[in-house]
Formats: sequence, structure tokens, C-alpha cells
Amino acid sequence: MRHPRPRRSDIVNTSLVLELTILVLAIFLGFEVISKVPTMLHTPLMSGTNAIHGIVIVGAILVAGRKDADTLTQVVGFAAVALATANVVGGFVVTDRMLEMFKKRQPPRPE
Amino acid sequence: MSETATNLLYLVTIVAFVVALRFLSSPRTARLGNVVGAAGMLLAIAVTLAQDRVDHYAPILVAMAVGAVVGAVSARLVKMTAMPQMVALFNGVGGGAAALIALAEFHNLGPEPGRIGVEETVAILLSALIGSVSFAGSLVAFAKLQELVSGRPILYRGQQIVNGLLLAGAAALALAIVAGPQEEWLLTGVLVAALAFGVLFVLPIGGADMPVVISLLNAFTGLAAAATGFVLHNNVLIVSGALVGASGTLLTMLMGRAMNRSLTNVLFGAFGTVQSGAGAAAAAAAGDGGTVRSASADDVAIMLAYARRVVIVPGYGLAVAQAQHDVRALADLLEERGVDVRYAIHPVAGRMPGHMNVLLAEANVPYPQLYEMEQINPEFPRTDVALVIGANDVTNPAARNSPGSPIYGMPILDVDRAENVVVLKRSMNPGFAGIDNELYTHSKTTMLFGDAKESLMALIGAVKSA
Repeated sequence: MRHPRPRRSDIVNTSLVLELTILVLAIFLGFEVISKVPTMLHTPLMSGTNAIHGIVIVGAILVAGRKDADTLTQVVGFAAVALATANVVGGFVVTDRMLEMFKKRQPPRPE
Repeated sequence: MSETATNLLYLVTIVAFVVALRFLSSPRTARLGNVVGAAGMLLAIAVTLAQDRVDHYAPILVAMAVGAVVGAVSARLVKMTAMPQMVALFNGVGGGAAALIALAEFHNLGPEPGRIGVEETVAILLSALIGSVSFAGSLVAFAKLQELVSGRPILYRGQQIVNGLLLAGAAALALAIVAGPQEEWLLTGVLVAALAFGVLFVLPIGGADMPVVISLLNAFTGLAAAATGFVLHNNVLIVSGALVGASGTLLTMLMGRAMNRSLTNVLFGAFGTVQSGAGAAAAAAAGDGGTVRSASADDVAIMLAYARRVVIVPGYGLAVAQAQHDVRALADLLEERGVDVRYAIHPVAGRMPGHMNVLLAEANVPYPQLYEMEQINPEFPRTDVALVIGANDVTNPAARNSPGSPIYGMPILDVDRAENVVVLKRSMNPGFAGIDNELYTHSKTTMLFGDAKESLMALIGAVKSA
């Protein structure tokens, strides 16, 4: 166990530890879920996860929408919002296009 | 909306993303999964916009509209063959957004010393650093795949030293920010160094290694998003970023394994450096000295039409020629004549994981005809004709026989064990890796030179009249 530095408040450390816990568990969950995706679907997996990392849009909106934001923050924030939206919309649309092609084919015969 | 309600709704989004990935385990549920994921995303965006601390709606909505139109139109128009470029571009855009968020947050909180806590500072720096590397690296990968710059490794003396110095410089500036002065020019320095590093680290990587690089950049963007989550103390960003990071890492490992190469070897080995000179010379030698047998489409058509079993081996050349529909038409024609037709898919064929599967799915090739490397390799000795279309390194017997070859040890499709091999190829130029392929001078091999699409159309015509 690492001891907290005296000048840090315990609350900050607790929330950091919680966030790190969430991060590590999510990585393990990711490995579990994604190892079940068949090779055939690796390209849609990639474009699908592509769309998911578009979640930075949440961060972009929070930063661009700050009430106390000055002009530079806003301009940079809006640029981030535009990029992230393109990421989200493009990612989901292109994945849907691909999966549509996979779906209309006949199911694999049982092995 | 209260903080608790917001976070609970974010949890719904997290669940939607996990379900989306879970549903990707079967083609039947995958499309529904994607819709679930998109719904989760929509919820997260709505919840974020509904937060009390968010203002400036008009410009945000305008920015979103612009992004949405650009994203939707490009996603609708892109050809399936260009999917690797598209994925690279979206990776870059996501990474760029993460870096911009870090920049804006730093500018907004700083520059009063000590106003930003150490945790936030580290998270901001990681987000800026990884996001910028991913942004710049992805754009270079895009340019290479789109053939705006050469797909071949671009090298100069002392490359690794320059890269090392850039990374060390970025790290030093980052440490300075953590240690004391939270000055903006320091963060700008970090961003510039990271962008330059992103460009320079992808530039030397050859086209054949693109599946590994794209997977790695995918992981980077995920991690940048997770770092942004630490900046803003937002769980949905942390979890989503972690999921993407895990996915990208897993794919990077799978691709590396399929090429029998470690990540360090891909990133720093500059595949084809030693070979680019020697390979070109060898190809020239093969051109005049070797016994390359080439045949007309009619000869090859007869061979195919009277075969019992044909295995088609697609590669990047098929994607370049956009000949997936023609392959399917030829296969159908052969099947009508009672030929057993199968497709052999190498894990790193093409420029991204699963690239060939997407193309063949577009052409509506039935699943039972698709075989992975381990399944099809024992079948090659019982195959009359192996039809190699635009695949090179993944069929090179040097990977089995010549310990000196840079691809030695890479698992390959054993097409040379088939009765006959027909190679559709534009010319005798070696592949992206710049390695000469001894398969082309093999006594079993017949070359059919020309654009893959034109060759296939000639074959279709010839099989019809055979």
C-alpha cells in the first residue's frame, strides 16, 4: 500500500483510486468481451470501437460549454466538438453499412 | 439535472457500449449491437447537453451539425476497399479531439500555479500527448493508405535517435509542467513534440505492417479518451476509453502474432530497410534470369474449369483493383460447373484486421466458403488450383524455408503445396515489404499479369466458353 502524501486530501485520493479501479476493471472487461469477437468481424469491431471512442464528445461539450470559458477555450472546444461528432456519426454509420452486408448473408453452417 | 441522475444515465450508456461489443460476437446480432451502441451514445450526448453547467448551446449545436454532416457523408460515400483509410481517419479525429479538450481545459484552469491538481495535470498531459500522437500518426497512416505519400518505408539516418529525442523532449516538458510552472507554452511544446513524434513514428512503417499500426493507433485513441475521463472526472469516458484501448491492444497482439513479429519489431524494425535494395535487385534478377511462367487468361480458365477444387487467396491487390464482385462471379461460374471453390483468408491479408472479410461480405460470398489459415492449410495438398489474387507476402514460402528472410517464421498460406498455383499480379514488383517471392518462379506456378479486375473479367469470359 502506498501512503498518501500528507499534503493531498484524502477525498481526492479516494476518487482517484476509484477512477483507477474503474479503468482497470473496464480494461479486463474489454479483453473478455472482445476476445469473443470472431476474426471475420474484426473490421467492424475496429470501426465500432472507433465510434465508441467518439465518446470524447461528452468531454468536448463539457469544455466548450463552460460558462466561464474565454474565447480561446471556446474556439478550441468547438473544434473538439466538431471532430468528435464526425467521429461518432461516421463511426456508427460506416459500421452499420458493413454489418448490413454481413447480416444479409446466410448463417454459417454448424461445425 | 442532478449529478446523481447524470451519472446513472451515463451508466446506461456504459452498459449499452458493453452490450454493443458483446453482440459483435455473431454476425446475426452485430448490427443490432451497433444500434444499441449508437443509442447509448445519443443518450450520453443528450445527458451532457442537459447539464446545468453547460452553456453556449448555439455554437455547440452548429459545431455538432457540421461534424455530423461531414461524418455521415464520408461514411456513406467511402468504398469498402477504402475502409482502412476511413478507420485511420476516424482514429485521428478522435485523438485530435482528446488533445484539443486537454488544451482547452488547461487553458481554462491555468495558468495560475497550483490551481490544477497533480492528478488533473498528469491526466491533461497524457490526454494531450497520446491524443496528439494518435492524431498525427493516424493522418500519416491515412496518407500512406490513400497513397498520398509512398507506402514504402521512409527512412533516414538517425531516425530512431530523432524519435527518441522528440519523445524525451515531450516527456521533459510534461515533467516540468507537473513539477511547477503550469505555463501554456510548455503544453504547446508538448503538443508540438507529440505531433512531430506521431508523424515520424508512422512514416518509416511499411504498408504491409499497416494492420498492426492501425490497431495500435486505435488503442492509443481509446487511451487518450480514458485520460480525458480523468481530466473531467467522468466515468463514461474512462470506461469507453478503456474498452477501446483493450480492443486495440488485443487486435495489435493478434496481428503481431499473425506476422510472427513483436510490436517493437514492427515499430522500430523498419521492415524492408535492408530488403528494399536487395529485394528490388532480386526482383530484377527474377525478371530476366528466373523461370517465370506466364500464361493467357484462356489457359488459366481451362485449368480452373476442369479442376475439382480451387482455393482463392485474396490479398491487398484485390482491394486495390476493387475486384471483389468479379471474384464472386468467377467463383459462381466455377461452382455451376461442379468445382469446389473455397476462399483462404490470412489474418493480415489487406491493410487492417478483417479487411478481406469485409470485401467478400460486400460481394455476398457465403460464409461456409470462407476458411481461416489453420483450417485451409491442410487442404492445399488436395487442391488442384490455388488462385492467388493480389496477395504476396502471406503466400511467400520464404517464411517457411529461408531463415535469412525478414518474414521467416511468419505463418503463411501454404499455396505452394497445391497441385497448381496461379498468381494474378500487376507486375513482378515485390510487395510492400520489398521481399522477393520465390513462389513466382516455382515450377508449379503460372503468372497471369495485369490488373486483377481485368484479369478476372477475362477469366470469366474464358470460363464461360470453356
